[in-house]
Amino acid sequence: MIELRSVHKAFGAREILRGLSLEVPEGQNTVIIGYSGTGKSVTLKCIIGLLQPDAGEVEVDGDIVGAMEPDELVALRGKIGYVFQSAALFDSMTVNENIALGLRRRAIAESDLRDRIEESLAVVALGDAGEKYPSELSGGMRKRVGVARAIALKPKYILYDEPTTGLDPVTSAVMDELMVRTRDLGVTGVIVTHDMRSAFTAGDRVAMLYEGQIRQVGPAAELRETDDPVVRQFIEGRPDAPLSLRRAER
Amino acid sequence: MQRTAIAAPQWGRFVAHVGRWTLGAMRALGDIATWRSHLVPQMRRLGVDSIPIALFIAVFTGIVLALLSSYIFTGAIPLYFVGALVGKTIMMELGPVLTGMALAGRVGANIAAELGTMKVTEQVDALETLAYDPRSYLAVPRVLAATIMFPVVTAFAVAVGVVAGWITAVNLLDLSTQEFWKGLRQFYQFKDVWFGLLKSASFGAAIALMGCYKGLTALGGAQGVGAATTRAVVLGCESILVLDAFWALVLL
Ligand SMILES: Nc1ncnc2c1ncn2[C@@H]1O[C@H](COP(=O)(O)OP(=O)(O)OP(=O)(O)O)[C@@H](O)[C@H]1O
Ligand SMILES: [Mg+2]
Repeated sequence: MIELRSVHKAFGAREILRGLSLEVPEGQNTVIIGYSGTGKSVTLKCIIGLLQPDAGEVEVDGDIVGAMEPDELVALRGKIGYVFQSAALFDSMTVNENIALGLRRRAIAESDLRDRIEESLAVVALGDAGEKYPSELSGGMRKRVGVARAIALKPKYILYDEPTTGLDPVTSAVMDELMVRTRDLGVTGVIVTHDMRSAFTAGDRVAMLYEGQIRQVGPAAELRETDDPVVRQFIEGRPDAPLSLRRAER
Repeated sequence: MQRTAIAAPQWGRFVAHVGRWTLGAMRALGDIATWRSHLVPQMRRLGVDSIPIALFIAVFTGIVLALLSSYIFTGAIPLYFVGALVGKTIMMELGPVLTGMALAGRVGANIAAELGTMKVTEQVDALETLAYDPRSYLAVPRVLAATIMFPVVTAFAVAVGVVAGWITAVNLLDLSTQEFWKGLRQFYQFKDVWFGLLKSASFGAAIALMGCYKGLTALGGAQGVGAATTRAVVLGCESILVLDAFWALVLL
């Protein structure tokens, strides 16, 4: 299980996370929604130890991420797949090599490597892109390679940072389906998204990050019916309220 | 240079930072499986591909040294000393230092720009999430490759520089091949060679370290990468001068 306990994170004088607490139960997809720039990506990076919280704790399977020795960190990363918002593919390598790199680190036999790569590329419908370089792919294709790179590892957890942004409606529906299927295989997912359809299709639980804290978290169905005006308004995407609401709260 | 003097108090913090970073790199060095396969390609890219520029510089250094020493010596010192001066200065000082300076631009900038771009496009973060240590995957093979290949490139440069000096002496000065080699051999010591090569190995290590350090700590976007690259080259050149003085103090 992943648990964040009153995590604080600031960049310079700018406080991004201000006591964020969240539990990610195993075997489910937890969706994090929230305004652009509220720290959703920062939250994911704290989970995998790319960023260290200034205060508070991140716990994965009973171990505190911040206090890890280098080899414990390697073990942590061995069980977490990470889909970057920017895809972050290695641009000097082909798609196949991008996916193989993580597999090699996990000491997967070379003979299984090809199958694993083909399998994961097929899942994101990019079976014929293996020999291409990232610069030859469209933005949405790169995104899907990023997903393939994470799922090829067959990790225990996958952190998806906006997996459907930049995808056409059909491909993003396929991506939602993929995240559901991956969950059904027992993988725990944390999905950051702006796409409400995706949130309620792929998510079992939904949490809204607002002003550095979790405003509300609960089963997807429950959040859809929420009375909280901030969450309601975000889910419904009404343009008028946020500014007036924020002003009223200060 | 002036900026360095003004920034003196910052140097302490900087050195501590580099020290901590170097310690981490030492640990990265132990992770042989990660960097092994990248060593030879880097040796080719940073070393072999740098040979043309190093030889270009060496040819002209050899020519100028021969002309210069004959100009200085004429009428005062036997001309065969031209061989000694050309040989010794190229082996001990100009070969390693000029090659180092040229490669600080080529190798230091190459490393800083590549790693800096990887940093700001989150590729370095991606490596980390795949459970690699970016220092052992990216930095170690480059630093090792530069440390191994700088002496090789310098050795070629020294040989070509001496030959250029000899050809110049024979064709443009009143000197025979026998006299040139007499001067060269009379004052030659084995130390001249290893002193120069040791220096160039340390230059290679310093330049690659600066490139990796500046690249992996680049911030922002294209501008950040540009700034990191410039700093890497400047720091590389500065460390060459400092190391050059250091080895002269310690070993001569
Ligand atoms: N490495 C960093 N250095 C400085 N500031 C940062 C850094 N990373 C993130 N920030 C800042 O933290 C804030 C939150 O960033 P984050 O990327 O988590 O937003 P987000 O919620 O993922 O937004 P989006 O939905 O647009 O991706 C932003 O204002 C950003 O400027
Ligand atoms: Mg984000």
